[in-house]
Amino acid sequence: MALLQISEPGQSTAPHQHKLAVGIDLGTTNSLVATVLSGQATVLVDDDGHALLPSVVRYMADGSIDVGYGAQAAQSLDPQNTIVSAKRLMGRSLKDIDISNQPYKYVETDSMVHIQTRAGARNAVEVSAEILKSLKKRAEKSLSGELVGVVITVPAYFDDAQRQATKDAARLAGLNVLRLLNEPTAAAVAYGLDNGAEGTYVIYDLGGGTFDVSILHLTKGVFEVLSTNGDSALGGDDFDRRIFCWLLENAQCAPLNASDTRLLLTKSREAKEWLTDHANAQITFQLSTGDLIDLTLNTKQFNALTQTLVQKTLTPIKKALRDASLNIEDIKGVVMVGGATRMPQIRLAVADFFKQIPLTNLDPDKVVALGAAIQANTLAGNLSNQDLLLLDVIPLSLGLETMGGLVEKVIPRNSTLPIARAQEFTTFKDGQTAMSIHVLQGERELVTDCRSLAKFELRGIPPMVAGAARIRVTFTVDADGLLSVSAREASTNIEANIIVKPSYGLTEEQMLAMLKAGFGAAESDKQVRLLNEAKVDALSLTLAVKAALQQDAHLLNVAELQAIQMQLTAFEQLTLGDDAHAIHQATEALNAATEDFAAKRMDASVSRALAGKNLENLSL
Amino acid sequence: MQSVNYFAFFKLPMQFSIDLNRLETSFRAIQSASHPDRFVTCTSAEKLASLQTATLANEAYLTLKSPALRAAYLLAMHNIDATAETNTKMPVAFLMQQMEWREALDDAKRTKDLQSLENLLADMQLDAKELRANLGENFDEKNDLPAATDNTRKLIFIDKVMADIHNAIEHLET
Repeated sequence: MALLQISEPGQSTAPHQHKLAVGIDLGTTNSLVATVLSGQATVLVDDDGHALLPSVVRYMADGSIDVGYGAQAAQSLDPQNTIVSAKRLMGRSLKDIDISNQPYKYVETDSMVHIQTRAGARNAVEVSAEILKSLKKRAEKSLSGELVGVVITVPAYFDDAQRQATKDAARLAGLNVLRLLNEPTAAAVAYGLDNGAEGTYVIYDLGGGTFDVSILHLTKGVFEVLSTNGDSALGGDDFDRRIFCWLLENAQCAPLNASDTRLLLTKSREAKEWLTDHANAQITFQLSTGDLIDLTLNTKQFNALTQTLVQKTLTPIKKALRDASLNIEDIKGVVMVGGATRMPQIRLAVADFFKQIPLTNLDPDKVVALGAAIQANTLAGNLSNQDLLLLDVIPLSLGLETMGGLVEKVIPRNSTLPIARAQEFTTFKDGQTAMSIHVLQGERELVTDCRSLAKFELRGIPPMVAGAARIRVTFTVDADGLLSVSAREASTNIEANIIVKPSYGLTEEQMLAMLKAGFGAAESDKQVRLLNEAKVDALSLTLAVKAALQQDAHLLNVAELQAIQMQLTAFEQLTLGDDAHAIHQATEALNAATEDFAAKRMDASVSRALAGKNLENLSL
Repeated sequence: MQSVNYFAFFKLPMQFSIDLNRLETSFRAIQSASHPDRFVTCTSAEKLASLQTATLANEAYLTLKSPALRAAYLLAMHNIDATAETNTKMPVAFLMQQMEWREALDDAKRTKDLQSLENLLADMQLDAKELRANLGENFDEKNDLPAATDNTRKLIFIDKVMADIHNAIEHLET
């Protein structure tokens, strides 16, 4: 949990205090932070009044790190130490990505991609953490307080590795993640609440480096995602690259060095943006070799260059419609999200496909952050949108490797989250005590065509004859879209140990090493921090259990009630002490002891909810 | 948690013909009360209870919403496993029909004939509709479990072929 947050005991649990929570849109090109102020979602600006923070990180010669406009301005002067579009590398290995036309020195590793900078080899999680830190600083300065938690948006089509990488980046930045929220869902919340929309809507979200389409049903504050699809390697960047290639072809210049590559990419992006409101873009500049580039690109040429990219976005739309069993006549509106949807050819293609004018009345750069802010505010417990409920789905199927390199699906795509599915396995040899399981994500039949998420080793299986053991492996995907696995031998009820090796993610050891490197705090500071944190956790647990007892003690019998009360009293005594480890352990024990009570309260609350609904039905 | 009756969970009568609007209303009410988003700042015991209930609600909703899964679930409550591999008895006429559908699907896939696939899908949807009507009678009026088992297995089979047709169409479209 929030390892890096320090707050005085009691501070974060003061009653009726507005909790500072923000939504962060961690974009490929630009990032934003927003919050709800007096009931209104608002984007927070920097000292110069900028809402956007370019997602550019520069490792400076003096050891400092520059994030945003400064770094962006320096990108062609210092291309190898200035990382742009790091989001495209999240949870990816070197062989996954297109490294052509990129001015970086990539480092060969068997895990996530690293880029060699003057500050050392850096991966996308570390780069993203710098962007998040910068936004955190902005938010805490502008709200004058420490953040309780954040909602960070991710492309709906992000797989487990990419989501995990995003969460790791937040942890590295010292942020408490309340939820990872899918970008199109966030946009739907901002749009839907603003316009009182009801019915079935399509969110078309073309960002800098990712494309998502989500179909949602909106009714009375419930945002139910029916299906989602996309392409996590298609975005506005690709349109820049088409112009870049066209420039190279037509300018007939010598092979470019790193700064000229970056310069040419920047000029390409500027030309793309210019063509949104103009018929021609004049592209004139001098390369470091002295060569002069002076070309004009018109809209017709640009449309021809990018036609295949535009078409590429229509395939996921068709798939999403099919998965939701819907036709275009069922769609009430199409909401455009992401800066790249400003391009007229995109708007035309979408209008043509859906036979209706897409909705562009929200700022496509800000709508995701605003939606995230609304959700953060709700999750933090600031009682503004009590009826708001988001039901999201898993974008890609989860499966297991079976004989012959085939994938067997365990959880199908577009299943509503959270979801759990169990699969039973047995042993192959007499006395076998371990087995390995390969988890994959994707829609294809062959293991080699899907993304390898992790290899699990189940150990501690009781020795039995071949085929006698029944190992039940349960896959749980939580509301963040993240997978966890547990395993149990069914005949003996022995829990099997799971050793997870994320295929392209970071291991816990790597994470801890990065946290340590970034912090470098003295051992004593760390102890103080750990104790403070344990005490804060313990106090909030005490308050929560007391509140629960006050409300629902009648759900317990006398013995159960006494057991909890006794444990609570002992717990309160213990938390007065200074043993962080003991407090931590007792916290876990008290949590475990209240599990049955929590389940009873949940059942009671579900019954109440249903009774309310049935009364409503009667009164109609 | 594991012995929950899905029908009782949604306050629905235990029968094949159900009010889908009521199912949806109940589902939303349960999710509103139990979804993990409501428990982000709560104790880990409360988070666990939320995760379990919301997961159960999703699974139960999925099961009761689909006629084939709903029928199989009703049969399971009578200790009949409609999906068991040992349970392979099928009327000859249906076996013939099965083969025809499979052949039609394979032909259309080979010739990349999108229209034939769409036609096949429409045909099967009619069959599925008739089976659903029969199942209503089997379960709710006559309590004829052997007939219900037969029809459930047919419907499960049709659902499988229709999913394959959807995949084939998707494959052709991309």
